[in-house]
This record gives sequence, C-alpha cells and structure tokens, in this order.
Amino acid sequence: MCGIVGFFTKNPEFESRLGEHLSSMLIEMSDRGPDSAGVAIYRDPAPKESVKLALFSADDAFPWKPLAKEMTKSLGHKADVEVRASHAIIVVHGDLDGVRAWLGEHHPELRVMSAGSTIEIYKEKGLPKDVVRRFALREITGTHALGHTRMATESAVTTQHSHPFSTGLDLCLVHNGSLSNHNRLRRRLERDGVEFQTDNDTEVAAGYLTWRLRQGASLDEALEAAIRDLDGFYTFAIGTKNGFAVLRDPIACKHAVLAETDDWVAMATEYRSIATLPGADKARIWEPVPARIYSWGRA
Amino acid sequence: MAELDLAEVGLRAVNQQLHALSRESNDLDWRLLNPLGRHSIAVGLDAPAKVTVEGHAGFYCGGMNKQAEIIIEGHAGPGVAENMMSGTVRVKGNASQSAGATGHGGLLVIEGDASSRCGISMKGIDIVVGGSVGHMSAFMAQLGTLVICGDAGEALGDSIYEAKLFVRGKVESLGADCIEKEMTPEHLETLGSLLERAGIDADPEDFRRYGSARKLYNFDVDHADAY
Repeated sequence: MCGIVGFFTKNPEFESRLGEHLSSMLIEMSDRGPDSAGVAIYRDPAPKESVKLALFSADDAFPWKPLAKEMTKSLGHKADVEVRASHAIIVVHGDLDGVRAWLGEHHPELRVMSAGSTIEIYKEKGLPKDVVRRFALREITGTHALGHTRMATESAVTTQHSHPFSTGLDLCLVHNGSLSNHNRLRRRLERDGVEFQTDNDTEVAAGYLTWRLRQGASLDEALEAAIRDLDGFYTFAIGTKNGFAVLRDPIACKHAVLAETDDWVAMATEYRSIATLPGADKARIWEPVPARIYSWGRA
Repeated sequence: MAELDLAEVGLRAVNQQLHALSRESNDLDWRLLNPLGRHSIAVGLDAPAKVTVEGHAGFYCGGMNKQAEIIIEGHAGPGVAENMMSGTVRVKGNASQSAGATGHGGLLVIEGDASSRCGISMKGIDIVVGGSVGHMSAFMAQLGTLVICGDAGEALGDSIYEAKLFVRGKVESLGADCIEKEMTPEHLETLGSLLERAGIDADPEDFRRYGSARKLYNFDVDHADAY
C-alpha cells in the first residue's frame, strides 16, 4: 500500500508552516503505511561551496557535536551541526566527494541519508505520528517537502529501507507501488557508477533518475525515460532543489490526487490528506493522468 | 432537513443514522457536513432518502446504495457508487477510478470527468458521465448503459458482455471484443431518456454506440487473437 504526500509552496507566506502542513498530511496517511515514515524537506540553502548532509546514526547517544569539531579540525573549515533525534544535519565547506570520503574513513558507522544544498531527509521506523513527534517536524519551515508512510511489501522494515530515497544531490523520490525490474536495472546502474545503500526497489528508481540527470537530462526528460525503462506499478513524487514533480505509471493502478491553489500545490495518495490544507475546498483538484509528467518549479 | 457533521460525530455514527431510516421516517432529507475526503460515506443506504454530501468524498461514497438519492457536491474518490442496487448517486465534480464498479442498478451521474475503469464489471447500473473517462472503462461490463459525453481512454469496453456504451467524443481505442454498432431508433430513445434523467443537455444524435462482438463468450481457438 504506502501513502505519499507532497507540498510545494508558491506563496512564500506558506513556507513558515511547511512542517505543520506536511505533518498533518503525513499522519492522515497512517492507515496506508504504519510501519515507517519519512520526509524530505527543502530549506535553508547551504552557503556557496558548502554541502549539506543529513546523517543517521543507529546509536541514539552518538556524539554529534564532537563530530562537528573533529570535521572542522580535520577539513580546515567550520562544520555546523543541527541534531534532530537520530539524524543530524551537517553543513560544511567543501565538495561532496571530499566530505563523503572523510566520513567513510573516519565514521563508517554513519549513513548519509541525503546530500546537496537544500535537502534534508528524516526517516524512521514507527507510526507516522511518532516519527513526526520524534523529529519535531511540525516546527520545520521550508519551500517544499515530500513525505512517505510505508507498508513494506518487498524489503525489510528498517530505517534505511524507509522512504524517501536520495541518491543524487538534492534529488529525492517517494513511491507508492512496486517495481518488477529493479534487480536488473540496479546491476546496470551500478556498472555505470550509481551507488545503492539497500536492496529496496524505490532506491533503484531514485538512482535511475540520478543517472539520467548526470547524463545531462532535464528532470522531465529523465522522467520520460523512466516511463520506458521502469517496469511495475508506481506513483512517484519527486523533489529537486527548486522543483517538484509527480508521475504515475501507464496503467495507473496506484492512487494519486493533485490539488493546486494560487498559494500552493499539494499531492497525496488520497484527498483526505489534502482536505485540511487552507483553501483546499476551493482548490483545483484532479487525478493525474497515467504516464503524464506534472511538474512545478520556482526560480 | 437534518444535518450531520462528519467532523463532529464521525463516520460510523453518520452511517448508523442513515441506515436507521425507513420509508416512514419523518425526515428523509439529510446534509452531511465536512466530509473531508473520508471513505465509505453514506454506504449501504436502504431508504428513499435524499443525502447531500457538502464537499469532496473519499473512497466508496454511496456504495451499495438502494433507493436513496445521494448528491456529492464536490469530487469523489475511487469506487463511488460501487455495487449500487438502485437509487441515484450524483457527483457534481470529477470522480476517481472504478466509478460505479459492479453496479447492479440505479443511476450514477458524474457531471465532471471520471478516471480509469469507470463502470468496470457493471451488472445493470446506468452511468452518465458529463466529461471524459479514462482507460479500461466498462472492462468486463455485463449489463447496463455507460454514456460518455466527452472522450474515452484506451481499451474501452475490453471483454465486454451485454452492456451498452454511448460515446459523444473520441475513443482512443476499443478493447478486446468491443466494436462499434448501429444506432437504432430504440437506442436513441434509451440514450435520450438517460440524458434527460441525468439532467445533461446533449443531443443523442451526436453519440456513437459500442458493444460486444460476442466472440469471447465461449473459447474458440479461431478467436485466440482477439483475447
């Protein structure tokens, strides 16, 4: 089953309540996915020539502040850290490859959940309402966000297997459905240098988009190619640094509804997630047509 | 007229009150406030009541309806009026997939568009769609009438039995064993009467009729390509 939600602000006044709206939407999808939940939030761009990483530690008492100090000393630039339950957001001057290499060498026990300039991913096992509380998601501000409530059908229930998946800079994907050709596709992508952290089918879809974007495709072009190359059932919501897109497979088995006002765009598996948003009763509401890409962006 | 607020009393209490109605009930005119996309609103009714849902409904609204006239003043989620027996369900907005699925009788009117699989496995229900329908509509439709005032998506009427399909706009493609058929005066009359009951202003002469070629009723190896 699974539930997915997305909220994209068009009017900056809505940025201050992004976390509030996203949390309500996510909790409303609990019936569809009670085993894990996760969000990707786009906010606070890292300074130029810096990277922002969302890191996860299985150890609740992980010493994040000493890690920041260690990074600052070792990399020669100040590393800022903000802790949120089992995750921490680190912003540090430098290129991603260098920072990743340092983390891999000094702290292989940490897992990179997302990397880029604005993206922050938080995900955990448990009921959506507990995940919302644990990460204090209601207070988070930002420009756009995606969320996922998971009912596992094809791989383990763990923090790592929770959605969203991010395999490229600022790119993330949430998925309702299941892919049937993910193993073959994963092997092909791995040969081309795409790295995967789990055996989850959705991570392959995220990796596929990263691979296409890396080849110079636009997000719309990457999604057009995905319709040809990904086999299975899916409704995807995709986030990029400045944009948001929705795509359903050509058979459109998996539910999805879109709503748009002058102030925001919202996507959810079911309308009840959108119902409580301000202005929802007056919004333009429609069901996304199969195999058609819907996308929004801001400059 | 009586009002029930779904946000206050909850879905179960609303449906219980509606199930308690009979032909002799004092108030048969109900308004349901704050539907907020909840599932299974006003399902299983069996009384000549008029029930108006003030807003957008979730899955299965008006399912299994008998006798009642249900009006959704917004959009409807998947499976609206699923397995309806009699009465009327009217959706003022758009409807999601599987609208009127397996319906045995009654009339479903969707003033906007319906998504994929509209009228899947219909068994006697009449469905009138003011706009267009998505792919695989009337899949395995057995009996009843589906009227589409707009366009139809891919594979209309795939594996259809005796249901009648009328389409005013374009048909993207016909499914297995579905063919265009002659529009006789009798069909024009049936269609005209349905459009009138649905309150949709359209000329029956503008429609084309589709139905079963009846080649797939029994397995015949000569028809293997049609499957």
